[in-house]
Amino acid sequence: MSAQITLNAQNLTRRLGSREVIRNISLQLRQGEVLGLLGHNGAGKSTTMQLLAGVLIPHSGQIEICGIDLALEPARAKACIGYLPETPPLYRDMRVDDYLIYAARLHRMPRAKIAESLSVAKDRCGLQDAGRKIIGTLSKGYQQRVGIAQAIIHQPEVVILDEPTVGLDPAQIRDIRTLIRELGNAHSVILSTHLLSEVENICDRVEIMQRGQFIYGDTSVRMQALGHQAGFVVTLLAPPDLAVLSAVPGVINVRALSATRFKILHATEANTAEALLTLSAQQGWQAQQLTPLYGNLEDAFVNITQNEQFSKHEKT
Amino acid sequence: MILTIARKEFRSLFATPSTWIILGALQFIFAWFFLARLDAFLQVQTQFAQLLNAPGATQSVASPVLGTVAFILLMLVPVFTMRLIAEERRNQTLVLLMAAPVASREIILGKFLGLFLFMSLIIVASVIMLLTLALGTPLDFGLLVTNALGLLLLSASYIALGLYFSTLTTQPIVAATSTLAALFGLWLIDAAGSSTSMTLKALSPTLHFQSFNAGLLLSQDFAYFLLFTAACLLLAIRRLHNSRVYG
Repeated sequence: MSAQITLNAQNLTRRLGSREVIRNISLQLRQGEVLGLLGHNGAGKSTTMQLLAGVLIPHSGQIEICGIDLALEPARAKACIGYLPETPPLYRDMRVDDYLIYAARLHRMPRAKIAESLSVAKDRCGLQDAGRKIIGTLSKGYQQRVGIAQAIIHQPEVVILDEPTVGLDPAQIRDIRTLIRELGNAHSVILSTHLLSEVENICDRVEIMQRGQFIYGDTSVRMQALGHQAGFVVTLLAPPDLAVLSAVPGVINVRALSATRFKILHATEANTAEALLTLSAQQGWQAQQLTPLYGNLEDAFVNITQNEQFSKHEKT
Repeated sequence: MILTIARKEFRSLFATPSTWIILGALQFIFAWFFLARLDAFLQVQTQFAQLLNAPGATQSVASPVLGTVAFILLMLVPVFTMRLIAEERRNQTLVLLMAAPVASREIILGKFLGLFLFMSLIIVASVIMLLTLALGTPLDFGLLVTNALGLLLLSASYIALGLYFSTLTTQPIVAATSTLAALFGLWLIDAAGSSTSMTLKALSPTLHFQSFNAGLLLSQDFAYFLLFTAACLLLAIRRLHNSRVYG
């Protein structure tokens, strides 16, 4: 990991009255990284993103964008950020082109470069034919795309997307995920979401938030493996005794789900599935179907957030 | 950056049909007053002719008409200022400006300038209408220019006040009614009769406009309008900045 650090937030705290809504959050992002922010409703995801985008000011803590302090030199630092809030900030009576040019101007792009980056941003977001249309007449999916185009038109180092795929149809979700993945190659991306499959698919790293704090952070692959036991469900039309199945190399536990279906847990490294299928072919168990048990992020997420709640209860 | 925002603000006004309708209706109302004044002037003109140093057409037609314009501005400005910040807040488009590398100062000044440009358009249009008097009679251009200048300063102070009220709320209607109430209150101080003390009256923008209306350029009136405008703009900038701190 030698990539340049593009975003560095230290000990951010934000209060609402006397209540701390964000507590002591620190975050680092490197170039080419996609970070997913997960959490229940009201966990503080949007507030965190607003702090990082410079919309809100933290009550304590420090944010550096590409080495520029956001509090001391807001104009220079913010020029390196592209931000898409939960509701895309669109002027409904403007044309798409005019709106994007306005957004580029606001981000202090030199005039000469605007035309070029306008067409690049439109290409990336699939808006080539929408330039002359009035934003209010576009569908929700297209409005979301305009919102994303607005966030990337000035080619910022850090792109912050707050729930970018909410309210879109599956095909649009897929397009936007591809786009985010592409963005992640050149820029750093932070996105928040409720959709765990989104994190599984596109994020390199995950931070889970609860009550204004990060309670878990890791690569998304490792998070999936968390608390997960390797195994599979197999259907054998002519099954042997359970004892025979237990004797297959690597098997830890066998449970009969029905007369012909068995859930088999095995050691992570062992290649038990193949061993079992070979045996089945030799012995005539008539293996029909073998479904691996996937560790999914959903279980891991529920595990993590619940554990946190329990440990809180124990403390109090 | 201020100019970028001002330009966008100015152009977005013309994107809605209601703006054109208002502009048309205003011009109609001004023309109505203008013709009524002109009619009255023509009737008494023969009597004026016997007077030494009689008031001319500018003084007896143009000044009263522009005085009416000033009064209409009082009701007109809140309609436009209410949208400036409050509507952007309600539509959640303000975030675009807040997240952009633009200071609160630039946002407020840009919005102010955009609307001020629009209001000057209305004022200039009404002055041009009065210039048609030049077809029939010599005009006192000095008086016209002082009047126009007074109107510009007056509208600047109204816009600044409305802009401040617009930063206080998310509801454009609340912004409009409170601005109207405040402006009306300030007008009442002046109009409420002789019992009000002069110090209190000095707070009223309409009183300061009256000297412009009569063709007087007083530095105290200049100072009043500039201070009033600057104070409201500073309050608005302050308020916008605070919304970053307190949410």
